[in-house]
Amino acid sequence: MEFVYSDEERMMLQMARGFAEKEVKPIAKEVDKEHKFPAANVKKMGELGLMGVSVPVEYEGSGMSNICYAIAIEEISRQCASTGVIMSVNNSLACDPIKIFGTEAQKKKYLADMASGRKLGCLGLTEPNAGSDAANLQTTAVLDGDEWVINGRKIFITNGNEADYCVLIASTDKTQGHRGISAFIVELDNPGFSVGTLEDKLGIRGSSTAELVFEDCRIPKENLLGEIGKGFKVALTTLDGGRIGIASQALGIARAAIEDATAYAKERVQFGKPIAQLQAIQWMLADLSTHYEAARLLTHRAAYLKDQGQPFGKEAAMAKLMAAETAMKAATQGIQILGGYGYTTDYPLERYFRDAKITEIYEGTSEVMRLVIATNVLK
Amino acid sequence: MSIVVCAEQRDGSLRKITFEALSTGKRLAEASGETLKALLIGNGIAGLADELKKYGVDEVAVVDNAALGAYTADAYAAVLAAYVAQENPALVLFGHSSFGKELAPRAAAKVDCGLVSDCIDINFADGDYLFKHPVYAGKAIGNYKVAGPVRMATLRPNVFPIVESAGAGAVVNFATDIPAAKVTVTGTMMASGDRPELTEADIICSGGRGLGGPEGFKLIEALADALGAAVGSSRAAVDAGWREHAAQVGQTGKVVSPNLYVASGISGAIQHLAGMGSSKVIVGINKDGEANIFNVADYGVEGDLNKIIPALIEKLKELQ
Amino acid sequence: MKIVACIKQTFDTEAKIVVGGNGQISDEGVNLIVNPYDEFAVEEAIRTKEKNGGEVVVVTVGGDKAQEALRYCLAMGADRAVLIQDAAMVGADSRAVSIALAKLLSEKEAGYDIIFTGKEAVDDGAAQVPSRLAEKLDLAQANVVTALSLADGKATATCEIDGGSEILEMALPALISAQKGLNEVRYPSLPGIMKAKRKPLEVLSLSDLGLSADDVASKVVLAAAELPPARKAGQRLTGEVDEVVAKLVKLLKEEAKVI
Ligand SMILES: Cc1cc2nc3c(=O)[nH]c(=O)nc-3n(C[C@H](O)[C@H](O)[C@H](O)COP(=O)(O)OP(=O)(O)OC[C@H]3O[C@@H](n4cnc5c(N)ncnc54)[C@H](O)[C@@H]3O)c2cc1C
Ligand SMILES: Cc1cc2nc3c(=O)[nH]c(=O)nc-3n(C[C@H](O)[C@H](O)[C@H](O)COP(=O)(O)OP(=O)(O)OC[C@H]3O[C@@H](n4cnc5c(N)ncnc54)[C@H](O)[C@@H]3O)c2cc1C
Repeated sequence: MEFVYSDEERMMLQMARGFAEKEVKPIAKEVDKEHKFPAANVKKMGELGLMGVSVPVEYEGSGMSNICYAIAIEEISRQCASTGVIMSVNNSLACDPIKIFGTEAQKKKYLADMASGRKLGCLGLTEPNAGSDAANLQTTAVLDGDEWVINGRKIFITNGNEADYCVLIASTDKTQGHRGISAFIVELDNPGFSVGTLEDKLGIRGSSTAELVFEDCRIPKENLLGEIGKGFKVALTTLDGGRIGIASQALGIARAAIEDATAYAKERVQFGKPIAQLQAIQWMLADLSTHYEAARLLTHRAAYLKDQGQPFGKEAAMAKLMAAETAMKAATQGIQILGGYGYTTDYPLERYFRDAKITEIYEGTSEVMRLVIATNVLK
Repeated sequence: MSIVVCAEQRDGSLRKITFEALSTGKRLAEASGETLKALLIGNGIAGLADELKKYGVDEVAVVDNAALGAYTADAYAAVLAAYVAQENPALVLFGHSSFGKELAPRAAAKVDCGLVSDCIDINFADGDYLFKHPVYAGKAIGNYKVAGPVRMATLRPNVFPIVESAGAGAVVNFATDIPAAKVTVTGTMMASGDRPELTEADIICSGGRGLGGPEGFKLIEALADALGAAVGSSRAAVDAGWREHAAQVGQTGKVVSPNLYVASGISGAIQHLAGMGSSKVIVGINKDGEANIFNVADYGVEGDLNKIIPALIEKLKELQ
Repeated sequence: MKIVACIKQTFDTEAKIVVGGNGQISDEGVNLIVNPYDEFAVEEAIRTKEKNGGEVVVVTVGGDKAQEALRYCLAMGADRAVLIQDAAMVGADSRAVSIALAKLLSEKEAGYDIIFTGKEAVDDGAAQVPSRLAEKLDLAQANVVTALSLADGKATATCEIDGGSEILEMALPALISAQKGLNEVRYPSLPGIMKAKRKPLEVLSLSDLGLSADDVASKVVLAAAELPPARKAGQRLTGEVDEVVAKLVKLLKEEAKVI
């Protein structure tokens, strides 16, 4: 076992950290406050190869490992969790399914467009009646000649308002339950498509969360992704990988909270000495740092297994569960360490707190993570 | 043997750092028993020799030549090396100005001697010179020794006191071959206005992101004018395009040590402190009571700079 | 064109400085970066190549870890790298470093058209190697450069000087020391990082260069480093604006005696 960075991992870390500090951090507060999609930075991230980190070079990705991917998401999310999720969704939820299930033609077009950052992707799975129970989706795709005709609505879709392409999960045969579900690639400039409600949210306010409305939306027959009736597998496989991204996002938020609280504790003087000298504060920081390191090892192990082509679903679920709960705890206690200052918008801790919460919900709630882990443990 | 000060003149006037170097040279010469000499290079500058005599020089060597009108490092270094070959001094001092920063290492390479740059103190004890030079942007101070016979050093401006003293003050001409310069100076642009140059200023007023925009610098300029100060800036204000980079103080900007440094709307990041931490007196004006600048400021004023600075300007005007 | 960029690996500017028991500065646990000014040099070298064709060679003197700094420059877009590494160069002074670089550039890597360096390294802050190297190679130098154009075998450089700037012209080959403002440094892209792994990085010892340890014996020796006396927080002035300002002016005049 080795716990050292390879040359490329170290360089990627250095680059991503530099980029995040110089370009992402300065606008993070504004992005949050103004609900502002950080378009210019997303474009720069495309140029730097951050939008298709583990996509092969032949499809205009960076050809790097999933460990590199995890490192990069953490660094970006350390400064801005909104930017982190935009990146994570494009990499994990849009590029990955096409990389794994796509035809050569689909990869040459859609994968290359998204990995290079020319186009932005999203995943349309959740529906009003299909959240944790994703298989209960109602959106339909019906073959009509050379075209699929799609009808239905998706909700809570990250990047939905800006995306060019959507990996869509829909039912092609309602009688078959989850065996009647198929995956598609939809170009969102389609006249049968429109963006519905945009959610106003507690956190990650720089990333859009949109309703996608499909009304007789016709797409070419060849835009089926994978086999007919195997779409639920596409969704589950995609989410397994996505959880490495969300775990890394949570790690970034946790680290931000721990670092900021540590710096503050060293400077804030009460009762004649820095509060960092109080054992109560020290123990919080010790516990948080331990949880953070543990979550990080879990996350990198899941990424490693994925790189090796081994099963990693359980490990990814463990990583996401642990990292999300660590982020939440770090943000809560981070605010505690800053006292009243932490509760104000003058410090970013309250933003970390709001951002951390989502990591316990999307791409499978913490309850669903435990379900996945338990199923694996008990089988 | 001798201690030689390489005098710096621009457009026919000597720069303050030269007097600082001479005063230091004099102090060291007295400790080590050397004679103090000055080397004055340029065109039509022989008249400046008298001014140098005020600082205790035993001899001023003048190289006055039409080919040396515009300073170029390679030609000046050749002259200096020739003088060192003749004189064999124990120590040659320069200012750590843009002139000395380039000329000293070039000359040191020609002479093949050791050089300590940007010294904040030099002493002679137990038969040897000891040089203090801040490293890691002032986060540590190195104590250096240099193997002779010739040693060179550049002195941080505004750190060494100027002390007038008597000396023999002989003036001699030094003649040497002057090589053709490899560079041609085709233009010089000096910052307009009568504000002092940042690294030489006794007082500096700096502004940061807290100014809120380029207009904020009008306030800083007005304060600077009331104090006869130079204007500096944090990197955040430079990066935002409110001020040119030449005004940046800090680790990747200028290192300054004025008598008074007034930081307004500057948080006091470690990289900024690296550039002004050796100022004699620091005033911090910041609305955030926790701002790091208050950890180094001799006088910390907590409040809105937009209210404090105008009031301060008024008060200063009353005094005049 | 053959374009050379000289770089140095330095401590991260955020690094906390610790002086060890031996009076020397400890590098334990310190994050190392490419000296920020050298990044401008490498960027300008790559831009020069993008405009004029040719190759960019990055060179440094350092230990094992310096390879990381070189790889970073290769990831930015330099073509190959040379590391001068030798036990005799540990703790080398600026003179020694410039002797080794000059030897490399006048023999093994001769034939350059332009050499870029940073204007100084943020660790020792000495700003000696560029000018020493220019002298040893008998080159013209433009120091503290904020703008550069190359045409017809000539370089025109805008150089920052105290209180202003000047424009210098010189024939190539020449040495250009970069200042902030010369360009916007790019980040290495991920594909760039992947390519960097396969680019050549040559490690040379002093004897490979035809130098002996005596040739590079340091003349400047760090006897001991010390931490500067900590600056203490002074007085906090509070109250109504007028009162505070009056108090401040009085203190500056009477206590500090600086106005
Ligand atoms: C900001 C944001 C961005 C999102 N982005 C996307 C996106 O890009 N694409 C996409 O398809 N979806 C997206 N989602 C949807 C997200 O994945 C779902 O919200 C999530 O899966 C939970 O579904 P739900 O909200 O319907 O909650 P429900 O499924 O209704 O869950 C409610 C509660 O019941 C619990 N629960 C449910 N089932 C079980 C069970 N079997 N055992 C134990 N507890 C259970 C849950 O853990 C939770 O506590 C996003 C959501 C948000 C808020
Ligand atoms: C490699 C590297 C090199 C660097 N080099 C330098 C350098 O050379 N020089 C440098 O300065 N920085 C440098 N930095 C940047 C440094 O880390 C800080 O980011 C920078 O100094 C911050 O500038 P600031 O204090 O103006 O801005 P901020 O840190 O944003 O501080 C602004 C301050 O203004 C105060 N303020 C706001 N409004 C008002 C008001 N109305 N009245 C009073 N106060 C107000 C705020 O409370 C705050 O404290 C470097 C960084 C790196 C990574």
